[in-house]
Parts: sequence; structure tokens; C-alpha cells
Amino acid sequence: MKKISAVLLALVFALLPLNCALAAGDADIEALRGTKLYVYNWGEYISDGEDDALDVNAEFEKRYGIKVIYDTYDNNEVMYSKLKSGGVSYDVVIPSDYMIERMIAEDMLEKIDYKNIPNFKYIPEKYRHLSFDPANEYSVPYTVSYVGLIYNTKMVKEAPVSWKALWDTDYENQILMFNNPRDAFAIAQSILGMDYNMESDVAWRAAAALLKEQKIVNPVYVNDEVFLKMESGEAALAPYYAGDYFLMKENNEDLAFVYPKEGVNYFVDAACILKGSKNKRAAELYINFLNEPDIALANAEYICYGSPNEAVYTNPDYELYQNEVLYPEEGAFKTQLFRNLSPESLALMSTLWDDVKNYIPAGNSYAALFFGGEDNIPGADAEKMTAETVKYAIYIGIFLLLVIAFLVFRFLRKRYRERV
Amino acid sequence: MNRRSAAVSRLIASPYIVWAALFIIAPLFFVVYYSFTNSAGGFTLLNIQTLPKYLPTFLRSIWFGIVATLICLVIAFPLAYYISQKSDKAQRTFVLLIMLPMWMSFLIRTYSWMALLQDTGIINTFLGKLGIDPIHMINTGGAVILGMVYNFLPYMILPIYSVMAKLDYSMVEACQDLGGNGFNVLRRCIIPMSIPGVVSGITMVFVPSVSTFYISQKLGGGSFDLIGDVIERQFQQSYNYNLGAALSLVLMVLIVISMAIMNHFSEGEGEMII
Amino acid sequence: MKIFNRVYAFLVFLFLYAPILVLLLFSFNSTTSTSVFAGFSMKWYNLILHDATAITALRNTVLLAVCSAFLATVIGTAASVGIEKFRKGAFRTAVMSTTNIPMTNPEIVTGVSMMLLFVFIGKSILHTDSVLGFGTMLIAHVTFNLPYVILTVLPKLRQTDKNLAEAAQDLGCRPVSAFFKVVLPAIMPGVLTGLIMSFTLSLDDFIISYFTSGPGFQTLPIVIFSMTKKRVKPDMYALSAIIFVSILVLLIIYNIVQQKSEEKTNKKM
Repeated sequence: MKKISAVLLALVFALLPLNCALAAGDADIEALRGTKLYVYNWGEYISDGEDDALDVNAEFEKRYGIKVIYDTYDNNEVMYSKLKSGGVSYDVVIPSDYMIERMIAEDMLEKIDYKNIPNFKYIPEKYRHLSFDPANEYSVPYTVSYVGLIYNTKMVKEAPVSWKALWDTDYENQILMFNNPRDAFAIAQSILGMDYNMESDVAWRAAAALLKEQKIVNPVYVNDEVFLKMESGEAALAPYYAGDYFLMKENNEDLAFVYPKEGVNYFVDAACILKGSKNKRAAELYINFLNEPDIALANAEYICYGSPNEAVYTNPDYELYQNEVLYPEEGAFKTQLFRNLSPESLALMSTLWDDVKNYIPAGNSYAALFFGGEDNIPGADAEKMTAETVKYAIYIGIFLLLVIAFLVFRFLRKRYRERV
Repeated sequence: MNRRSAAVSRLIASPYIVWAALFIIAPLFFVVYYSFTNSAGGFTLLNIQTLPKYLPTFLRSIWFGIVATLICLVIAFPLAYYISQKSDKAQRTFVLLIMLPMWMSFLIRTYSWMALLQDTGIINTFLGKLGIDPIHMINTGGAVILGMVYNFLPYMILPIYSVMAKLDYSMVEACQDLGGNGFNVLRRCIIPMSIPGVVSGITMVFVPSVSTFYISQKLGGGSFDLIGDVIERQFQQSYNYNLGAALSLVLMVLIVISMAIMNHFSEGEGEMII
Repeated sequence: MKIFNRVYAFLVFLFLYAPILVLLLFSFNSTTSTSVFAGFSMKWYNLILHDATAITALRNTVLLAVCSAFLATVIGTAASVGIEKFRKGAFRTAVMSTTNIPMTNPEIVTGVSMMLLFVFIGKSILHTDSVLGFGTMLIAHVTFNLPYVILTVLPKLRQTDKNLAEAAQDLGCRPVSAFFKVVLPAIMPGVLTGLIMSFTLSLDDFIISYFTSGPGFQTLPIVIFSMTKKRVKPDMYALSAIIFVSILVLLIIYNIVQQKSEEKTNKKM
């Protein structure tokens, strides 16, 4: 019902474009008609008209006559690489917190003129001036959410309360883990009680050691496969983003969600304007549009992540109104935002991640290492790595020997025949 | 006349030669350039020096590539022979049937394999109905190899088939007349004559298998890092073009060497057959 | 033995088509899951036909595949005719080895190196910061399609009787029309195979497109890949199913038409 009313509301807006919302600056908005706006957003991160919901981009085009060229990416780093490569340019982009900080630092973002974003009034103080944009000059929050632990109530003996459940050998082969370094490291850092943004080699190595230790339960590193595997009951435990839990639960009633006691990552994805935007005014119009109550509501219900928009989360008609997973009581558990890391730490993280992925556990040193926080399990690490290398080297060697033997055999036979 | 025809042939081929120089040769220089520079653009050997760390990954990729190629060869050879024995019309249908799956995104097809191979997946459910215990298939090295075989099998079948279809069957008959039994005919006639197809099939399966990245992430559960995964991570996640380029360079050299060895088997000028 | 052969062929094709059957099945799923089948529904088909992003991506993919296959076939066929006439020597060997590079180079290396080249050209020559787009993708696709065209056309050229073209010229045909009237029909099967091969490869390519794509021109594989934080829903399966069925129908029609024309030529002979 409320979806229909949202559609109706949108229709009313659409029919009366000049009377509503455009009191100020009508002329310069009119001038934007027929221009193009390039938007770069996460995949599946905007209400697209599915199930009679609002098609946000179509709605924007209809109202302002600005063509939206809409592309999608699958993670912050991909988006950053693409922009940084210098081969593409967009107007609006929606990165996460730490990436915004990095992009500000590298002068990739344009300051937003908040005069043109009257709907910024719906963003309450607690979502403004966050660490990544302290003066709040570059970003308008789009979604806010947390990472949590999803588990299958039929498959776990008792409801987990700690991230350590992901290291529990009882669930060998049934544990999923993030397939991206930052989120994976954050879990280890939570367990070790560390700051996610520490610039210390020792700390990163300690977290990496813990992640290597996890290999003993043979975790499966996943991105979106988490949906498939949790829904089908293939896996018992998985860390993932809070909002996605609802999407999974639609397909598997047995799933439950918990915020582990060690604390979790809190993330904010915010709309920004890229430096060199050729249509800045339209970009601001778009960002403002995203924060209109009905548009923001449609997006919040489609994405299922928390909304920083007051008009949405205080709306009793909102499907997830006062949902305790999306909008937990403040201070109920420890949360940390990601910050931009120094290039050295980023490089270290990426090398350590390669190590983690290639690590083969050495045996049951599980308990000993758990809180040890040292990189090198004496010898074992190197030993096992070598063993793995040697194994494949031997296989390939045997194969090559066979090939050579065959060639030699053929050669000799030919010689023999020629002689005969 | 002769000189003129040489000039004409160069003229006809010139768009391609320009194209090849610009878009095949020139990009390779960038790979070399990035391999030996750091992010600031200065000369460094650091990228090359970090490579030994990735030795296990390289070896694993090569081994998986070899196994997948051999399996493809074993599956494809009899099938190609079977198809080549059919009528022209049936042959055409078979070829289209082999190519058809490639017209759907391989991302989606790999995704479907997950639903098939899972512990709670379709195959195991089916086995369960037959009273057979579930087999753990997904997230193993075997699943990764299966994904490679599945995705690249057509590239093995097609070249072998196209050589076999052109085989001169009077030769095969002559072989039979000379008293060859089935096995001997196969060994002395059919296999030697289809070598060019086999060589190009091996190339076309081995190369993508060694460098693939999506398959191992989805079917290997992220635990069977292949060299393609590492390269992709350098370019997409870590924004370390230099290390990525260095890894690519080594991969490229490696493949060029194996292809040179392969081409040694096939006479001719090292050109492939599809 | 015959039965064994048939069973074998059946098994191989079952292997090739198993995931496609799964895909067809889940495209009718009533929930968002691609692993648990909850019930039959047509809703994903309904949705996908109204999904502007997916339709645009599909249009882009097909457009790119058609353009690149066509361009590659024209350039590649011309190149083959030229190369065939080259005398054996260092130059010919060099050209042939270069032709093999895109096939023997890992796709990821091709994609990355082309991106680096394009960005370099864009920055230093064209002075633009958005060089990537349809143009660069087209170039990339033509580049990896070219070897396939050349390697299917060259053997056909070698099989055709060289005297044929000369005879035509002696009879007063100009070289160009001799080519179109005599040589081209003879190598047509090779050209067609090259065209279809290029189209297929271009349609299925993900890695190279991924690196060379730009604003406003994302192909279907790129869109699918960008869903890997959220998820791939059955709507993508439905789209694939639609593609599959339409191609199947096209191929059947093509087969029938070709057979008819063959019968005709047979009658003429």
C-alpha cells in the first residue's frame, strides 16, 4: 500500500514539476534540461522499479529532463582504480567512508555547494562531520550500516556472540569469510581488540597471523556467494553487511543475526561529486533528489541498508521502521569506522592478504596462536608453504619428465628405424 | 608483375599490420615499462624481486592448467572423431551445439555450477535420493579444474574436429587395407594427422586456464588462488599496477616458452587452426 | 560400439548443458534465490523486460559484438589475402607470430596492457580524461578477434586454386572484381566461421571489456560482475534464458535456410 502511495506521490511530483520544490533557482535548473549526468554507483544499490517500487533514475530524468548515465561497480577499490586510471570521468560517485577520505586527500573530489542541497536538512547531526569528512564539505551520506555475524540456527549448537565463532573447529568447512582484505582484517582486529586503522606493522602482522590461523577451519572466502551459500544451508556462519541479512532471510527462515561483542565495523556510503565534473549543478540536483523523503524511502527499502535520512527512519510506514538490526540502540556495541590508511599500510595489508590466501595451516597450533599475535609460527608457516610449492613442483616435474621421455623415445625409435 | 603483386599484397594487408603494431605490439611495451618502474615512475627491480613469493601460486596455476588441458584433450578427442564421422548436416548441428553455451556469459554459467556442486546442491540432492552419501565437491581444487574444463572444452573440441573433418579418409582406408586393426589405424593414421588440431586445442585451453581468475574464486572458495586472481587483485584492489605488470610479464614469458615448445610438435609456421 | 559412442556424446553434451539447465530452472524461481527452488513463477521474466539497466547492457553487448565481429572480419580477411601472397621470410614470420599474440597472451594481460595504452594515448595525445568508452572497447574486441578471423580464412585461401583468380583476370576481370567474384565465394565458409567465432568471443568476453570499458557503456558481463557485493538474482538468469532461446531459434532457422540453399545449388549442379 505504501509503495502505491509512494508511486502516487511521485506521479504528483512529476505532473507538477514547476510548482513543487523548484521555487528557487528555477531558471538555472531549467537550463540543465537535455544535459547528461554521469553516475557511478555500487551494483544493485538504487531502487530500479522492481516490484512496483520507484525507478529513481527514471524519475529524476522525468522531473528534470537530465539524462542519467548510470554505471555500476562492485567495490571501492575497483571504482578507485577505474577513476584513477585516468580513462573515465563521472559526476556523482558513492564511495564508502575510508575511500572518501582517500579521495579527498588525493584531491579527487569537488566541494559540494550545500545551498543547492536543501534536503541535507534530513541528515541529522550524528551523520554529519564524520571522521572521513570532518568539515562535511564533500559528502552527503547515502547508506549507513554495520557488519555483523549471520548464522544458521539449525546448524550451530548455540547462538554465537563472538567473532571467535568463525574460528570454531566444530564448524569446519561451514564457515564463510570476507573475500576482501579490509573487511577480513577488521574481524581479526576486533578479536585482538585493535583499532582498525592502526598504522603499525606489528599490529597488521598480528591480525594476519590470526587470519592465517582461521585456515584451520577451512573457511570459504566469498563475496556475493554468501547469499547462495547461506540460503541453501551450505554454510553455518558468515560475516556480512547487516542489511543483506534480510535479503537472505527471505529465502531461509533459519537464519539469525548477531552483532559480536568485540565490536563491528560501521560504514557510511556517501554521495560525492568528482573533481572536474562537467555538470556540477546537475550532480547537486541529483544528490538532493536522492535525499527527498519518498526517493530515499524507496532506496532504503530496496537496498535494505540503514538510511541516514531522518525522514525515512522516523517514518512509521517504512518497512524496516525501528528495525533493531538496522537501527540498533546507540552504544549497544562497539563500532569503528574505517579510515584511509597510509600507502605503506595499504601495501602491507595487500601483501599480508596474499599471504593469508596462500597459507596452508600447519596443524593444531590453533589455541597457542590465538592470542599470540606473532607472525611466524616458528618454521611451520614457511615449512608448509614450501611443502605446497614442492608438491606442485614435483607434479609439474613428473609431467615434464614424461613429455621429455616420450620425445626421447620417439627420437630413438626413429634413429633405430632409419638404421634398420 | 611479381613485384607489383607483392606491393599490392602489402597494401591489402597494411590496415592489419598498422592495427597489429598499434594494438598488439605497443601495449606489450607498457607491460614491460610498468614491470620495471615504481608508482612514481622511477626505475626499480623491486617488482621482479617480490615475484618469488608468488612461486606457489604460479606452480599451482600451471599444474591446474596442465590437468585441465589433459582432461579436455581426453574428452574432446573421441567426441571430435565421433562428430567428424557424421553427415555434413549433423556435423554442423553438433558444432553449433558446442558453441551455443559460449553465447551466455561465463560468469552466469560458473554461478550455476555452484548450485550444482554444493554439498546441498543439485547433484548431491540427486545422489541423496539414490541413497548415496553426499560428495564434497565445491571449494576443492577439483571443482576449479572442473570449471576450467567446462569453460574451455569447446576450444579443444573445435580445432580437433576441424582437422578431422578435413582428413583424407582414403588414407584411413588405405591404412585399414594394409591390415591395420582399429587401434593401429588410430595410432598410425588418425592421431598423427590430427596433431595440428590437437596443438592448437592445447594452446587455446592451456592459456586461458593458467590465467583465469573468476572460476577459482567462485568454485574454489577463494582458497585456490591462481595467478590470474593475484594479477586481478593488483590491478583492481591494491592499485599496484607495477607488481601486476611484473606478474603479467612473467606469465606471458612462461606461456610464450610453452607455446614455442608446443609449436615444435606441429610443423608449419606455428599457426593455429580453429 | 555405436551405443557406446552415442552415450559418450550424450554425456559430454550433458556436461556442457548442465549449468544451462540449472539456469533455466532457476529463472523460473519465485524467490530471489539461485540455489533453493521455491516455486514456479514468471516474475523474473516480467522484471527483466522492464529493467532499463539490463536491457541497455544487453543492447551494448550485442552492438559491440556485431560491430567488432564485422570490423574484425573485414580487416582480417583483407589481411589474410595479403599475407597469403607474402613470400616466406622474416617479415611473414613476424606478421604470423604477431597474429598469434592475442591468442597466446592471457586475456588479463591483453586487457590491462590495452587499458594502459589507451589511457596513455588519451592523456598525452587526445588530452582527455575520459578516453575509455565504446571506441576503446571496440578496438580491444577487434584486436582479440582478428587472429581468429585470420586463422580461419588463411587455410581456406590456401585450399583455393590460385590459378582461378589469375584465369579470371586473364578473361578480363579486374583484380578487384576477380577477388569478389572468384576468391571471396571460395573462402566464404572460412570468413563466416571467423565472423561467428568473433561474435561469440566478443559476446562472452568479460576480462578485456572490464578493463577497457568507460562511462555509459557497460556490457552485460560487467553489469553482472558489479553485482558481486549484493548478488546475482534470477533476473539475470531469465535474461540469459531469453538470450539462449532466441539464439537457439536463430540457429535453427539458419540451419534450415542453409540446407535449403544447399539443396538448390545441388540441383543446379
